[in-house]
Amino acid sequence: MTLVASRPAVDVRTRKRRRLRPGPRIRLGFLAGPLLLLAIWAAASATGLLDPRFLSAPWTVVTTAADLVESGRLQTNLLASVQRVALGLAFGVPLGTLLALVSGLSRWGEALIDGPIQIKRAIPALALMPLLILWLGIGEGMKITMIALGVLVPIYIHTHNGLRSIDSRYVELAETVDLGRGAFIRKVVLPGALPGFLLGMRFAVTTAWLFLVVAELINATTGIGYMMDLARTYGQTDVILVGIVLYGLLGLFSDAGVRLVERKALSWRRTLAS
Amino acid sequence: MATHAGELSRKEGVVVATHAGELSGKEGAGEPIRVKGLTRLYGERAVLDGLDLEIAPGEFVALLGQSGSGKSTLLRALAGLDGDVAGTGLVEVPEQVSVVFQDARLLPWQRVLDNVILGLDGAVERGRQSLAEVGLAGRERAWPNELSGGEQQRVALARSLVREPRLLLADEPFGALDALTRLKMHGLLRRLFEEHRPAVLLVTHDVDEAIALADRVLVLDHGRIAAEQRLDAARSATEVRSELLRALGVGEVPAGRRDGRPHRDG
Ligand SMILES: Nc1ncnc2c1ncn2[C@@H]1O[C@H](COP(=O)(O)OP(=O)(O)O)[C@@H](O)[C@H]1O
Ligand SMILES: [Mg+2]
Repeated sequence: MTLVASRPAVDVRTRKRRRLRPGPRIRLGFLAGPLLLLAIWAAASATGLLDPRFLSAPWTVVTTAADLVESGRLQTNLLASVQRVALGLAFGVPLGTLLALVSGLSRWGEALIDGPIQIKRAIPALALMPLLILWLGIGEGMKITMIALGVLVPIYIHTHNGLRSIDSRYVELAETVDLGRGAFIRKVVLPGALPGFLLGMRFAVTTAWLFLVVAELINATTGIGYMMDLARTYGQTDVILVGIVLYGLLGLFSDAGVRLVERKALSWRRTLAS
Repeated sequence: MATHAGELSRKEGVVVATHAGELSGKEGAGEPIRVKGLTRLYGERAVLDGLDLEIAPGEFVALLGQSGSGKSTLLRALAGLDGDVAGTGLVEVPEQVSVVFQDARLLPWQRVLDNVILGLDGAVERGRQSLAEVGLAGRERAWPNELSGGEQQRVALARSLVREPRLLLADEPFGALDALTRLKMHGLLRRLFEEHRPAVLLVTHDVDEAIALADRVLVLDHGRIAAEQRLDAARSATEVRSELLRALGVGEVPAGRRDGRPHRDG
């Protein structure tokens, strides 16, 4: 046997441990999946696999969108929709958080609040619609209430859950350093529940757009949903598609926004994802 | 003096505690810590059974005892953290009591300095000084997760000392640290003690740690203080050590063996 053969088969320096973490972050990685879908859609349209009366080609959607922008219809309707979602979130998020706090910090609060929310969760949004219309009419108030009520549920559920899973040792610590109730909520409860709240936020923004569609398809005179409903009457698939793509983009970007906030706000965490 | 005598369980069938009377005056730092007839029950079992204890101001006391003997129960009673445990007895402690736990128990979402001054308004400068005292100057803005176990425990020490406690309660504060770090922490704790002079009750399961740090070592057994050894010039550490081991029900162990296993031919 030669000396060379007795060398170790594997050079130790080049041997690497199996990496179990997902690896470094990909820049704008959240766009990869949607872009792949877009590519498939474009390919199917170009090869004629997809009938344009059934589904318009991506470039048709782009030119239609350009036309809509030129005529100003897109902006007006987009603004109306964004406004509804923003207002719905503005009412629903603080209310959901407040309810979660009261219910998480006091037994009586939980007894009174938790049940109704679980019931609300079990009732489909569409089932509440007739009642809301009767009470609030078909105006903006009804639409915003609808979104706020929808947003409230995931915010409540996840914030409440985050709050309840705060380690009791931290509560004991707060007791030993004589934290007042206000400081306890600011220093322990809110930051401890923040991961839960932000998860709830991610569901909430998606839910908000979902409820917007429902609200706008019925009795609206502005908004993306209205624009799409009108297009249905005239059989304009391209306009409908512009609406769908818009909803998709808005949902995607609001989720990305929340995730960005999440990464900044939870920088103290060392997790699998970091 | 704050007294939490007569803290009673919400469970039924428990005797009402003796009342401390109007002891909660404004005595200075010169008042001893006093525990009389302290009983704590978990279910039917009395973990503490009429325990008496007195600690002089500025005295460093170590508490030894087998696992499950009730050391933490006693400490929690002194810290006023056992409102939900049944029992009777009198506990007199100073207003300002700090607790150091076995885990550093830092809020992971607060930076190191904010952890130190948790609940203290406008104490940033004092917090910085306190961190410098435990050798962590410059780490104020770090997240607790970024520190080693020993460093985290030093932050916990800084957090308890910045409150200028008259009584420092520590429940196996070095139990989770490696031997070398632990030795360094002994030096640090003793130095901080000399500077700040709180009364200290250090719970430990390590006889040598107790001897190295304390002025007086107690052994808790069957719910009471079963033995007591004062460390002074008159007696050698070896002597005290074997007395303590006997009280703990462990045979003679050669010095330097810290695991408490009995000697092969002892
Ligand atoms: N919350 C509890 N509920 C029931 N039993 C407990 C509880 N806490 C402690 N005990 C029991 O009381 C005894 C003393 O516990 P502890 O004071 O923690 O002992 P040590 O700190 O000396 O190891 C143990 O037997 C333990 O099982
Ligand atoms: Mg213990």
